Amino acid sequence: MKINAQNLHYKTLNDQIKASNAKRIEVDNCIGQRYIGDGLAKKEILIHGTPGNGLGAYLNGAVITVDGNVQDAVGDTMNDGAIYVHGSSGDATGYAMRGGKIFIRDNAGYRAGIHMKAYMEKLPVLVIGGQAGSFLGEYQAGGLIIVLGLGSEKQTPVGYFCGTGMHGGQMFLRCNALPHDLPAQVSARAANSADMERIRPYIAEYAQAFGRDENAILAHPFFVLEPNTQNPYKQMYVEN
Amino acid sequence: MIPQDFLYPEFEVVRNPVKCINCRICERECANEVHRYDAHTKSMVSDDAQCVNCHRCVALCPTHALKIVQSDHTFRENANWSGQTIKEVYKQAGSGGVLLSSMGNPKDLPVYWDKILLNASQVTNPSIDPLREPMETKTFLGKKNIVIERDAQGRLVNNLPPQLELSTPLVFSAMSYGSISYNAHASLARAAKTLGIFYNTGEGGLHEDFYPYGTNTIVQVASGRFGVHKDYLEAGAAIEIKMGQGAKPGIGGHLPGAKIVGDISKTRMIPMGTDAISPAPHHDIYSIEDLRQLVFSLKEATDYRKPIIVKIAAVHNAAAIASGIARSGADIIAIDGFRGGTGAAPTRIRDNVGIPIELALASVDQRLREEGIRNNVSLLVAGSIRSSADVVKAIALGADACYLGTATALALGCHLCRSCQTGRCNWGIATQRPDLVKRLNPDVGYQRLVNLITAWTHEIKEIMGGMGINSIEALRGNRLMLRGIDLNEKELSILGIKYAGE
Repeated sequence: MKINAQNLHYKTLNDQIKASNAKRIEVDNCIGQRYIGDGLAKKEILIHGTPGNGLGAYLNGAVITVDGNVQDAVGDTMNDGAIYVHGSSGDATGYAMRGGKIFIRDNAGYRAGIHMKAYMEKLPVLVIGGQAGSFLGEYQAGGLIIVLGLGSEKQTPVGYFCGTGMHGGQMFLRCNALPHDLPAQVSARAANSADMERIRPYIAEYAQAFGRDENAILAHPFFVLEPNTQNPYKQMYVEN
Repeated sequence: MIPQDFLYPEFEVVRNPVKCINCRICERECANEVHRYDAHTKSMVSDDAQCVNCHRCVALCPTHALKIVQSDHTFRENANWSGQTIKEVYKQAGSGGVLLSSMGNPKDLPVYWDKILLNASQVTNPSIDPLREPMETKTFLGKKNIVIERDAQGRLVNNLPPQLELSTPLVFSAMSYGSISYNAHASLARAAKTLGIFYNTGEGGLHEDFYPYGTNTIVQVASGRFGVHKDYLEAGAAIEIKMGQGAKPGIGGHLPGAKIVGDISKTRMIPMGTDAISPAPHHDIYSIEDLRQLVFSLKEATDYRKPIIVKIAAVHNAAAIASGIARSGADIIAIDGFRGGTGAAPTRIRDNVGIPIELALASVDQRLREEGIRNNVSLLVAGSIRSSADVVKAIALGADACYLGTATALALGCHLCRSCQTGRCNWGIATQRPDLVKRLNPDVGYQRLVNLITAWTHEIKEIMGGMGINSIEALRGNRLMLRGIDLNEKELSILGIKYAGE
């Protein structure tokens, strides 16, 4: 099923998507409509144009592919499913994700992957092909954030304050040097072969989705960032 | 411990040796390990330093042999440097830590409820006897700013946005599963359903056992987004976006790892023993426009079927902030005053940040009226509503309904010992230790909550009847029913009430 989003209000567009029985929906001429695919479970949506903020928020199993860039808060509090962005994403990409996968072909804005969490089989994964802005993985409580830095191999592909408040999960950065301002509660090490096995399927999926060379990506060194204790902020308090 | 850090115990356990039968119940009941049987002397002994004065041992002592008294040990008297202030400096000098407390602001700051007096009918307008005549306490929360529309046949079109229907204008306020126990949540959920009111999940998510109570549940979305997913949003009757909390305006939450066990870990989706940290801000909200986006992303995800509540702490600019929220698409604004409770808050924030709910409520209601947007939203107020009289005063000041937190905990058995952050609540409320949780029987807890709300509702009817008012609707914003006592001109003008005798 095709929907021409030209001049449609977001509510009209989203109502049409929700009401449709089609398994696969193609949206043409998307011009910033917000909240597309909010909480959606089973459908596949292909979007041409630029969707607005809150794309795939609370996503619950649907698969969204965007042929272009996306704006802020993609996959906010997403639970399941996948989002593929053939371009870059705005701020707060994957905020508080708790499951599913987001693949950004190019860059992500500020505050990507903040407060991601994980539990047993629920493991959210955010892969950013290019660079991420400041505050990447702030307050991260679980899940996997992978930043590939493709095309900017000479510099560290994250901004300031990477991993501030991190208390769970892992970040993988493909680069030669660590961010200079990692907080004391985050420990960093070179990725070993077990680490690389862990992320290989996601790298393969990225390469497959965007037509890149998996082996060329994997040939470059990665760092792993993790919190160095379960309760990094406990010592801050005294009972009164 | 170096001698500077020694603090004489705040409380002393007084045991009557004539009455004590060495049954050791006190020893078993105290999670703080105050009591111990000394085999050598064949008697019970106490470590006063561990006592938090929660009265668990006192209440269960079969011979009433125990009482807890405030120690009369003092520092050298000093009006500026109180004993408490001195102790706090010692604690911080010894640890380097931020002082962490629980429950609401204990300071001797004005309680405006106690400086507001209610009116009653005499001679010229009859009072109403609620035993004989119908009194309406039913309240609807939600947007009421609708334009009357009729269809071609002239019939009314029902275009009313979603509403919460309350049998009485009281709601159990947010206390997360994690900060309080499974049995406490079970009591709240069942009582809300029986009473036809609502309880609030707080931000710890919703245990799967409580989904059947969804029609009486407000689900919360806070900065940590713990437990938020599509089914959770669908489960509740309304969704509350928590921007702030009266006990700790401007800062986030921090549930210690010791409380993240078993199902708490599962419901919040974080590993056992890890601290649960809710950041101070929502990282996608930096303006009213951003708030509007979260409001509408939640409405889109739930097909516009549920009212959205935005909860803020009562702060200096509450009226302007509420004005923005009333334009954000939110259906209900919850305002939490600076005496609101908490399971843990930095002492300095709890005791010094925010303003009283009475002043915040009056100024918000006034501002929204002046701007012609009061009906865009309902107002839910919190931050120490202690009795039915406080409820009536709040509604007359402009509230639609009140959130009850501390009073709810008290009904469940809380003795306000203000030690929630330790996770060793002897009454089974603010703890996750299975042996302590089971002390709160949900059958009993549920009944006590039903009793409390039923009693308050009777009192509300009686007070309203005395004023000659027979519905909450007619009481709301009716400030002529209020008079101030011991208040200055400025306070009266902010509250929008006259002085007693005027």
